[in-house]
Amino acid sequence: MSTPFYVSPQQAMADRAEYARKGIARGRSVVVLTYADGIVFVAENTSRALHKVSEIYDKIAFAAVGRYNEFENLRIGGVRYADLRGYSYDRADVTARGLANVYAQTLGTIFSSVGEKPYEVELIVAEVGRTTEEDQIYRLTPDGSIVDEKNYVVVGGNADSIGNYLGQRHRGGMGLSEAVRLAVDSLARDANGGSPRTLTPEQLEVAVLDRQRFQQRKFKRILGGQLGRLLDGDQSAAADDEEKPAATPPSDE
Amino acid sequence: MEANTRGTGRLPAAFLTPGSSSFLDFLAEHKPELIPGHRGLPEGAVVEAPHGTTIVAAVFDGGVVIAGDRRATMGNVIAQRDIEKVFPADEYSAVGIAGTAGLAVEMVRLFQLELEHYEKIEGATLSLEGKANRLTSMIRGNLGMAMQGLAVVPMFAGYDLDLGRGRIFSYDVTGGRSEERGFAATGSGSVFARGSMKKLYRDDLTAEQASTLVVQALYDAADDDSATGGPDLARKIFPIVSLITEDGFRRLTEPEVARIAVSITDQRLSHPNGPQAPLL
Repeated sequence: MSTPFYVSPQQAMADRAEYARKGIARGRSVVVLTYADGIVFVAENTSRALHKVSEIYDKIAFAAVGRYNEFENLRIGGVRYADLRGYSYDRADVTARGLANVYAQTLGTIFSSVGEKPYEVELIVAEVGRTTEEDQIYRLTPDGSIVDEKNYVVVGGNADSIGNYLGQRHRGGMGLSEAVRLAVDSLARDANGGSPRTLTPEQLEVAVLDRQRFQQRKFKRILGGQLGRLLDGDQSAAADDEEKPAATPPSDE
Repeated sequence: MEANTRGTGRLPAAFLTPGSSSFLDFLAEHKPELIPGHRGLPEGAVVEAPHGTTIVAAVFDGGVVIAGDRRATMGNVIAQRDIEKVFPADEYSAVGIAGTAGLAVEMVRLFQLELEHYEKIEGATLSLEGKANRLTSMIRGNLGMAMQGLAVVPMFAGYDLDLGRGRIFSYDVTGGRSEERGFAATGSGSVFARGSMKKLYRDDLTAEQASTLVVQALYDAADDDSATGGPDLARKIFPIVSLITEDGFRRLTEPEVARIAVSITDQRLSHPNGPQAPLL
């Protein structure tokens, strides 16, 4: 019988982190940034049905990269957590901070438990506030760390170079159209300094948490023609169905 | 590994277990005590609780209108003058409730959440038929309490996006569901409201006419049923009237309902029995 190798805790954790990081690096990135009226989520995603960006609760949305089955599982857990909490207490008692903490605990426990493989996911939990100052964006890594981000955040394969590009150009109070175009420009960067790719609306998944929305639920997907107009710089595009008087709620989609 | 969700801690296994898209099913498995119907009552005790009364609904060209009076009674006492009994269930449907107010309001909250939860998990909305069926199972879960006098009898109305028209579903205490043609009423004043609508309803009503029709019916119900409240002009408490069309749910504003209610009340000063249908 052979003697088992001794692996130091440092080495074991480093190996697990490396494993998770490699899994995440294979996927396309997601960009989340603030704009004048809220927070916009832009992901490169050709699928219409398998979302990387989703609604969790009234003012809270979720974005993820990595293994789909793992982050989908976490997303559903988050929706259940939020709905149960809102039902037991009040809708106002569901917060991004609370949700991010639960995700951090969950990811952290999985990361350090010997019996489970670490999740290969990186998550963003964002909550739109009444003002830009109250917007909250949390980034969660596979080991369960939470990073409280300001203004913008990128996760996924090419996060560093996209983040650099975005960091130099992002400023407060951008319009939605400007913010989406900046996000798409940065997603289209080539990591190796080559010429940027061209991303069409069909390759993009875009959603917003819009504080101006009069409905209780602030999450809204921007689809098809509306997205096309936004990319062409038409500032009024996203406001299309929001212009109606408050008494006539438009449809969610 | 189990942690409570009230503080921080890892999500309990039930949260991460793949399963149904129903919030109700999730509650039944994880926190059954939070489901209204799962709570037992002491045997033999009769619980006195405020009851809500009349809900009416009518289909018009392009949608459906659902309305309720504002009175809650406890025995012969008026428990509340401005209770709300008509709620949006989601973007394209609404639910009105008659019966034990406390339980009914809780059931509505759970029903709204059930629809929203499904929408978030699945990324698609339930069909109108599917929504109506979900409500059936919730009423069925309340049967035990209904047997002890705490019945909830909702009415469900919505715009069917597939068929392109408004539809009404009514229920009995056992969860028996039936689709109504044209108009429907539930609650203690429903017999009078139905009689009123039977005489006034036509199938080519506009939204405005249908809104007037349901307020007329509520007026007639309040006229003959002591548990139904009429328009309270002195306190400015008017029925709740909600329209559901292709554009979604819309509750009429207070001035809009006030205008309808005041014109009906004015007419009743000279014609106490309201508009007259031709004899033949």
